[in-house]
Amino acid sequence: MADASYPDDLLYHAEHDWARVDPAHPDQATLGITWYAQDSLGEIVFFDPPKQGTTLTKDSPYTEVESVKAVSDVMAPLSGEVIAVNDALADTPEQINDDPYGEGWLVKISLSDPSESESLMDAAAYEATLD
Amino acid sequence: MPEDAQTLRRGPLHDRHVAAGAKLIEFAGWEMPVQYEGIRAEHLAVRARAGVFDVSHMGQIATRGPQASELLQRLLSGDVRKLPVGGAQYGVICREDGGVLDDLITYRLAECEYLTVSNAANHDKDLAWFSEHAGGYDADVLDLIDRFAMLAVQGPRARAIVRQLSDGAPPGRMHVFERSVAGAAAVVCGTGYTGEAGVELLLDPADAPAVWDALLDAGAVPAGLGARDTLRLEVCFPLYGNDLSEERGPIEAGLGWCCAEGTGFIGSDAVARARLSPATHAPQRLAAFVLDGPGIPRPGNGIGQGGVVTSGTMSPSLKRGIGMGYVNAAHATPGTPLTIDVRGTERAATVHRKPIYSKEA
Repeated sequence: MADASYPDDLLYHAEHDWARVDPAHPDQATLGITWYAQDSLGEIVFFDPPKQGTTLTKDSPYTEVESVKAVSDVMAPLSGEVIAVNDALADTPEQINDDPYGEGWLVKISLSDPSESESLMDAAAYEATLD
Repeated sequence: MPEDAQTLRRGPLHDRHVAAGAKLIEFAGWEMPVQYEGIRAEHLAVRARAGVFDVSHMGQIATRGPQASELLQRLLSGDVRKLPVGGAQYGVICREDGGVLDDLITYRLAECEYLTVSNAANHDKDLAWFSEHAGGYDADVLDLIDRFAMLAVQGPRARAIVRQLSDGAPPGRMHVFERSVAGAAAVVCGTGYTGEAGVELLLDPADAPAVWDALLDAGAVPAGLGARDTLRLEVCFPLYGNDLSEERGPIEAGLGWCCAEGTGFIGSDAVARARLSPATHAPQRLAAFVLDGPGIPRPGNGIGQGGVVTSGTMSPSLKRGIGMGYVNAAHATPGTPLTIDVRGTERAATVHRKPIYSKEA
């Protein structure tokens, strides 16, 4: 596992999720869990992705990740509809640990309300919430 | 870090665990290492080479005196007369109705001296049970939990590692004797909870750090309670509090093999009834199962055929979801299909013979 990092180009949710909104596609976002979340969970051994078309509601759980010992809900940082899932994680869920902001992304959604992004934190604000 | 870390007991190896990068958790009132490098890596290291576990939270009860054997014969499910000096015996202690109070290993250290290792969460209850029943026997029951640190060295290389630090070969499986290990006096036990060869060492807490260091230098990797749990579940060793409880008897739990009802131990009448008339007295069985597809069963998941999962995890060796649970006896035969309700998702599973994992598999 790499050292703790919280990239500046992401938006953060207090429940330890991140969202990347590509300026070229401001109505879409890629979602994942933060370095802190994967470190707290330990080695992730199972990710059961939601189906394409699933509706996500901000601040509600939309999927689960499991480590050897525990199951953790993953909260939706933004609302929208799933347009892509990271199928590679079925065989290599440890990517969520190894590269939580890259190969370990979970889903891509089309945003139902892009203005919700304004309620998320930047990296500095999120880091300040961690002990 | 648990919020009440200040009130948790710490063993003599706490500083070693912190230095080794352990993630510490609360376990039965103790602050214990759940993992160091990672559960999977530690699990596989124990299967392939050797790991060392700090299990100093486990309790020790000494039973000594001219009638120590008679007292233990009344308490323990096994036939204590068949336990020779230098031997070890697994058994349970039961309530009168056969409900399991704890599962434990008893070592006979001398003619009239036994040492019983209890589960941390049950130690006080066990000690009270032993003491309460000692009246009328010429035997003393002593709490030795503070007298011992306990290390489990487990894996194909474990015995060789202990041998090179000792003044002689370690005892074989289910045997016990005293040895010097890394210069410290140790009760060396040929037992473990991983399904691998290995030993458990009972040490003076003051000696534990030096023995720990010597074991690591000799090639054992630190392994935490997380790997201990996945290792034991792969070989279907029951865990008290998950697979065993006062609400279940040893026949249901598949522990009839360690019960000798003819000795008259407390609960033996109930165990005998369950063995003779299981349809009435032990309608369910603790079955092991493997998921057919993806997913991880967890304790508390319902079983479609009737029953409940008591232990579940992702098997690091098999890379499959595995578990144990109580099902009606008709569904406990290996090969029987089960449906596990994993938080709303039905997952197909198949009952597996015990152990789920074996070296030959």
